[in-house]
Amino acid sequence: MIWKSINQLADDIKTGKTTAVELTKQALQLIEDNSEYNALITINPKALEVAEEIDRKLNDGEQLGVLAGIPYIAKDNFLTRGLRTTAASNILDNFIPPNDAVAIQKLNKAGAILVAKSNLDSFAHGSSTENSDMGPTLNPHDKLRVPGGSSGGSAAAVVLGLAPFALGTDTGGSIRLPASFTGSVGYKPTYGLVSRFGVVAMASSTDVIGPIANSVEDVALVLDVISGRDPLDSTTIERDEMHYSDFTAELKGKKIGVISEYMGDGLEDDVRASVESALNIAKETGATVSEVSMPQLQSALAVYYIVMPAEVSSNLSRYDGIRYGHSSEAAQKIDEVYELSRTEGFNDEVKRRIMVGTYVLSSGYYDAFYKKAQQVRTLLIKEFTKAFESFDYLIGPTSPTTAFKLGENTDDPLKMYLADIMTVSANLVGVPAISIPCGKDGKGLPIGLQIMAPQRHDRDLLSVANVLEQKLEYNS
Amino acid sequence: MTVISIDEVKKLARLARIVIDDNQAKKFQTEIEAILEYVEQLSKIDTEGVEPTSQVTGLVNVTRPDELHDYGTNRDSLLANAPDQEGGYIKVKRVLE
Repeated sequence: MIWKSINQLADDIKTGKTTAVELTKQALQLIEDNSEYNALITINPKALEVAEEIDRKLNDGEQLGVLAGIPYIAKDNFLTRGLRTTAASNILDNFIPPNDAVAIQKLNKAGAILVAKSNLDSFAHGSSTENSDMGPTLNPHDKLRVPGGSSGGSAAAVVLGLAPFALGTDTGGSIRLPASFTGSVGYKPTYGLVSRFGVVAMASSTDVIGPIANSVEDVALVLDVISGRDPLDSTTIERDEMHYSDFTAELKGKKIGVISEYMGDGLEDDVRASVESALNIAKETGATVSEVSMPQLQSALAVYYIVMPAEVSSNLSRYDGIRYGHSSEAAQKIDEVYELSRTEGFNDEVKRRIMVGTYVLSSGYYDAFYKKAQQVRTLLIKEFTKAFESFDYLIGPTSPTTAFKLGENTDDPLKMYLADIMTVSANLVGVPAISIPCGKDGKGLPIGLQIMAPQRHDRDLLSVANVLEQKLEYNS
Repeated sequence: MTVISIDEVKKLARLARIVIDDNQAKKFQTEIEAILEYVEQLSKIDTEGVEPTSQVTGLVNVTRPDELHDYGTNRDSLLANAPDQEGGYIKVKRVLE
């Protein structure tokens, strides 16, 4: 690991062992050395300036936040004032936000230093980062493979050491899948725990913001800074009164349900073996581990691929070539401004999702598709509620496979969608979920373990993930 | 099985303000049909009397006072992203012929 833990780095800064400028220079150097992975879209030209100011304040004895002097990277769908924000789409290629997203504001206020914006599938539409209009990001473990998506740039950046942590967004697995494929820790909080004001919307009923980092402790520290009620995002909920890094919950005595449907056919042998060995470690630590069948999970992906495009089609209707973003130079009439700007600015995957969404919302199909999906969503929620009556945590692999090859799934959109099969349900139900590394396959590719907890049990989930992470490291 | 015609695909594109040619319409038809066929598995699930869910944490009608907030933005930075502007306004093509 290139970086020390965030706590250690913060300590080193406080005690004068290092400075914000030194850490930022290190990040910028690593960014320069690793450009071939295409993990980033834009480098913040003001990063060093910000670092100098933080050092000056520290020298003056000013009290700064817990992340003072720590460099970070944000997925390029977070608005950053004065710094180009593209969502990896040609339609926003020249967009300079007039304000910062609330999550960015909070991190900056805590003293963290934004060094760069990371690559993603355009508008977060994808599971491999291959749908980026800025070219794909390569997996740090094997350049011929994808890093997962859509927060693939953020996950690859963390593993390459371009910064100690990165922000991602997770609508159907976009933080956890890349964390799994790159061997990092990715955290998807309870729906509403982090304000989404100033983040490019994808599917508003499932979109969440979360951190990707090298350890559970690091993601907890970041979550602590960015979470909480925000009047600018009416879906936000109250945060825990204690720090998310106050790991009080123990694994000992906890009831863990292993989801049978996630351990069935289609699971790669090495993934199964790694997950099973993690479960054995949980047992040895004193947890009760038993199987739980949740048959409704088999319909989760179908629900997601109705609900998500429906919301995408309405969220992306704002791109009209009038107020901001790409505007077609060929347009003569007002209708052509809309049509040609969108046609030139959106890639095929974005267009496909908009059209599917338009279809499932259109009169005549609404009941059979959209309403039906929202009803099955209710059944899915009930199934989770029931499972959490018997179990404290639900566990399974984050993905049935390890990182696939670039180009392997690009010809078949449906096949690509199946990469999300184990992650989408947490979004549809709104529960928190984490992916932590639990081993490697025969090819040396990382395997991710997913743990889910009931809504608002974020701190407990992070606590037990922290215990398990340490036992796994000890055993590896 | 859900069948979607080329004309329907073109109509969807038109509704979504996207221009597609015949070749693209064909490609999208195949792909969209595969997606719809997959999601159609839901039709086998009995949802009689089940309420639809769109909000998962149970929040209802969250409001805030309708007051002016300073987001640190100003007219210039907002207008700077507009493709065309004149005299402090965003300029658009003629709407009424």
